[in-house]
Amino acid sequence: MYVQLEDINKTFGDYKVSDHISIEIEKGKLVALLGPSGSGKTTILRMIAGLETPDSGKIFINEKLVNDISPAKRGIGFLFQNYALFRYMTVYQNIAFGLKVKKIPKKQIRERISELISLTGLDGLEKRYPSELSGGQKQRVAFARALAPEPDLLLLDEPFAAIDAKVRSELRSWLREMIHRIGITSIFVTHDQDEAVEVADQIIITNKGRIEQTGTPKEIYKAPQTPFVSMFIGNPTIIKDYWKLQGFEKGNYEGAIIRPEFVEAFKSDNARFHKFIDCSDEGIITDILFRGNNLELKLDVGGVILTAHRSLERRPVSIGEKMRVIIYRIYAYDNEKTYLLENEELLKRDVDNTHLEAYLYSKEGYMIV
Amino acid sequence: MNEKHTKPEKAVQIILILISVLFITVMLIFPLFSVIINALKKGFSFYLSALSTEYVLSALKVTLLATGITLLVNTFFGVIASFTLTKYHFRGKQILTTLIDIPFSISPVIAGLSYIMLFGSLGIAKPLLDRIGAFLGTDIQIVFALPGVVLATIFVTFPFVSREIIPVLNQQGSEEEEAAALMGAGFFTIFRKVTFPHMKWSMIYGMILCASRALGEFGAVSALSKTRGQTFTLPLEIDALYLSGTADSIVASFAVSSILVLISILILILRNLFEYRAKKG
Ligand SMILES: Nc1ncnc2c1ncn2[C@@H]1O[C@H](COP(=O)(O)OP(=O)(O)O)[C@@H](O)[C@H]1O
Ligand SMILES: [Mg+2]
Repeated sequence: MYVQLEDINKTFGDYKVSDHISIEIEKGKLVALLGPSGSGKTTILRMIAGLETPDSGKIFINEKLVNDISPAKRGIGFLFQNYALFRYMTVYQNIAFGLKVKKIPKKQIRERISELISLTGLDGLEKRYPSELSGGQKQRVAFARALAPEPDLLLLDEPFAAIDAKVRSELRSWLREMIHRIGITSIFVTHDQDEAVEVADQIIITNKGRIEQTGTPKEIYKAPQTPFVSMFIGNPTIIKDYWKLQGFEKGNYEGAIIRPEFVEAFKSDNARFHKFIDCSDEGIITDILFRGNNLELKLDVGGVILTAHRSLERRPVSIGEKMRVIIYRIYAYDNEKTYLLENEELLKRDVDNTHLEAYLYSKEGYMIV
Repeated sequence: MNEKHTKPEKAVQIILILISVLFITVMLIFPLFSVIINALKKGFSFYLSALSTEYVLSALKVTLLATGITLLVNTFFGVIASFTLTKYHFRGKQILTTLIDIPFSISPVIAGLSYIMLFGSLGIAKPLLDRIGAFLGTDIQIVFALPGVVLATIFVTFPFVSREIIPVLNQQGSEEEEAAALMGAGFFTIFRKVTFPHMKWSMIYGMILCASRALGEFGAVSALSKTRGQTFTLPLEIDALYLSGTADSIVASFAVSSILVLISILILILRNLFEYRAKKG
């Protein structure tokens, strides 16, 4: 393990920001710390960097206990949330700072910087001051500055938060590609699940100072372990009386979560579904949102508003229209865990796996992760 | 709707502007003008000779000396205090921030008197002072001597520099310093290369405010300075000249005042220049 946190605790006043945190990160991985704002992500990052001291617990970097090692000696590059570029230095001076401090010969500094400038596509901006750069350019400078002293571990705090939504996704793939090309172990903080899923090899989900779950994006998505994760990931609707839906029975659960992709809404004359029509509930369309490449339907099913996606290739629907609604599966939860429940009626009817041929839904992934 | 709204507002605006201009003219500009006019009442050669008396030259020297030392001391401590109060977290920080402002809320005369209570012949610190003096083989005089004048000036102008710097550093946060520290920069490199450029202009602006107040301080200094021609500053000398009451001495007091007025105008110009720079960052 390249980075290892062992039972870290940290309080600010009487507020517990880190509650028995243990994390292991493999060398070369790009890991996301994902959680709502205030869940203690930045604090974890700052403790790894040595900018904050844990009350108890151990931090290892490359098998070495670093608790008592100064931030400068931990071999870390850090991207602050607002970049923290040196305001009174040019782009060149910003990137050169860490190299100058290390007393590296001028010629080598110049070579390293021109290498970084072209790597990050900042050519021609060397003489500009941070106030003369766009958000994306600032991020690139911060990235080049953090990488200049050749750190072994890169920490990024909300690297996309201060960037226009329009260029954000472009920068996401840029950063991901860049980090993989350099092969540096990286941890980035985000509160945006799309960002984590899109960029990270591995996701660590934080909530109220605790780690809720660790896994690949797919694992987190397909097998949420705790109620919090199932409610945080995907685009969930939370319902209490899930047993009122066709195909689900009351169990010892607190409630259930339904994601849009678990919901099939079709017109009652749809031939493909007529075999299953008695597994369906009635749903009335309350809203239709155009989502670029598909429609998002809001359906009132027995008083619960569910969300379903609908291909633009299918027949048009309108608000107020009565649809039939099948729920393939739900995530039921109690106080501690999440349980995947399949639609019993559908399963019973599916002795010969016909629903797979009928494109009803694919079970792949939901049972086997 | 729009028209109804703007018309009375326009009138109010004009009235308010008129009041301000009138007030400033009557209260500030006229008196300053009268100082200059009165100073030159007995001709230019009288003006010059009034400025070159022994007393006035001594007062000018004391004033410049006190202002110079004050500026050095208060800039140094002001910068240190601002850095400490904005970049570090420690217990009692809030109290310290409030304490710095004490000179603003205490009458300068009381500040002067408090030094008498401390260092005067009956003062608490007097025995200690005497012992140090005996050790050094001299007699340390603070009250009614130059050190007292300097101390009083330092006291009343202490907050000026830090008050200008603290908001700037607070707004800047400490991430730039953290970034520099992570790259291995030491304290002095971080201060010189990262923090100082942020505070530079507001520091200079604070120094100008500090200097203009130091030049004009009367109350605190008056409590601690009793010897004309030795420890008197310009404001005290002006007061003494005016109080002696002869026609000549009154004109002379205006002549000396005109020096302070001219310095103030100079400072005003500098102030505007640097205020703009400080705001711009
Ligand atoms: N230096 C600090 N002093 C006091 N409270 C802090 C400090 N840093 C963070 N906190 C508090 O700790 C909580 C978690 O902070 P943080 O780690 O920044 O969470 P996140 O990055 O997930 O939003 C927040 O409620 C924040 O107010
Ligand atoms: Mg944060």
